Amino acid sequence: MSEAQARAALEAAYRTEKRRVLATLIRLLGGFEAAEEALHEAFAAAADRWPRDGVPQNPYAWLVSAGRFKMVDRWRRQARLAAALPDLKVLAESEPELAVSEDIRDDELRLIFTCCHPALAPDARIALTLREVGGLTTEEIARAYLTRAPTIAQRIVRAKARIRDEALPYEVPARAELPARLDSVLRVIYLIFNEGYAATEGPSLTRADLSAEAIRLGRLLVGLLAETEALGLLALMLLHEARRTARVDAAGDLVLLEDQDRSLWDRRLIAEARNLIERGMASRRVGPYILQAAIAAVHAEAPAVAQTDWSQIVALYDVLVRIEPSPVAALNRAAALGMRDGPEAGLEAVGAAMERGGLDGYHLAHAALADMQRRLGRHEAAKASYGRALQLARQPAERRFLKARLAQLSARGE
Amino acid sequence: MRYACLIYYDPKKLFGGSPEANAALSECANYDEVLKESGHFVTAEALELPESAMTAQVRDGKMSAVDGPFMETKEMLGGIIIIEAPDLNEAARLAAGHPLARIGAVEVRPVVDFSTPPPQL
Repeated sequence: MSEAQARAALEAAYRTEKRRVLATLIRLLGGFEAAEEALHEAFAAAADRWPRDGVPQNPYAWLVSAGRFKMVDRWRRQARLAAALPDLKVLAESEPELAVSEDIRDDELRLIFTCCHPALAPDARIALTLREVGGLTTEEIARAYLTRAPTIAQRIVRAKARIRDEALPYEVPARAELPARLDSVLRVIYLIFNEGYAATEGPSLTRADLSAEAIRLGRLLVGLLAETEALGLLALMLLHEARRTARVDAAGDLVLLEDQDRSLWDRRLIAEARNLIERGMASRRVGPYILQAAIAAVHAEAPAVAQTDWSQIVALYDVLVRIEPSPVAALNRAAALGMRDGPEAGLEAVGAAMERGGLDGYHLAHAALADMQRRLGRHEAAKASYGRALQLARQPAERRFLKARLAQLSARGE
Repeated sequence: MRYACLIYYDPKKLFGGSPEANAALSECANYDEVLKESGHFVTAEALELPESAMTAQVRDGKMSAVDGPFMETKEMLGGIIIIEAPDLNEAARLAAGHPLARIGAVEVRPVVDFSTPPPQL
């Protein structure tokens, strides 16, 4: 084997196996810190040995074994040096069976569930997941979140200390616990996606990378655990992603769904999402992500806005509002109702949703109200509602959109 | 990326003869070997105490050199290790592994990448 071949094999292993090797080493060595050290040692050993001895048949198993051996060896030396740390000595001498044959997928799942453990602060879950599961560097995460690297580094250090100090178990949650724990994982992935998708400020390229990373995490999760809601979240992200280029115009302004050029939508992603939704729906245990994905799919499959199946959308929102009553879901249902039954019914439904509370500070609620009022020709009321929405909106692109609507109404009023 | 690990300690503590300090001192050379073995090591130097140091300064074209620094602070810069690490967390982990982190403190500073623009202050 030539040196170049070995180097190429090593680089490929670094890309594809690093995360899985780390996940297994955390289990074998009992912690992140030792595992990270062992991981580095394993790749250093591979750089030394592979050019000489050839690339092993199973690089994953070779790396796990080399990393574990190096660490245990170091602990032995240290224990001799310090004549202390009896627990480490025990570990070093007991030589547990190298459980490479055990399902590797379980180790990857353990890693995901630990990084998204509810005992960790939400910010820390995101940073830890991006670094340990996603393989991003601290500096990359900091750039994507427009913050300083030491801030992210500290979050990660503290989260790992917490995992160690509270002895958070490194395991895939039991069936009974799974829905709640999976919910935390899905929330982390969706937050990462939205951070990249919703932002129209900052270096847009790195932000878009966050969405791509979230989709990658979603695919990884679905490959490991085909739960309905995991399928639903991935489908939902793919459907948003399919519309990415159509949702902003050349000037960087937001384009509403109804005004988007549907030929720009990525049909391949939409088809993939549709597939995932069908797989998920087959289980008959629906949750908020799969329902939101199904709603987005109805939009995605309408050739033109006038051909949107609003009845189906309202029906899906009815289920969503029932299983997860939230002010925003109620608002979206009301807006869909306005499309199905006309602005009069929509205005009533939006008003009712707002009366139930929780939407007063939400700019999109006022924008929805304004939209119904505008379509009914109640221009003064619409202007007041757009004005209220503008007071609350923070994003530049959204603010430009609301200002444009206000200007249109004022021009018509004269 | 390259990071400089700046090791600070209080000489009274480090050379005061306590068993912890002596143990840390004896492990220092070994840690360089650990970093070499794992492929992180670039270079390292320990520094003599500030009493053997000079400070050079040029103001209005005139050079002045004084001995010192004799700072009031107890902790002084005592060594530098340059390491190669994929990110700040990995660098911090390696810095925390240094024996003198138990006695003093190790500051981790990214080495400037001159292909990026200078900071705007």
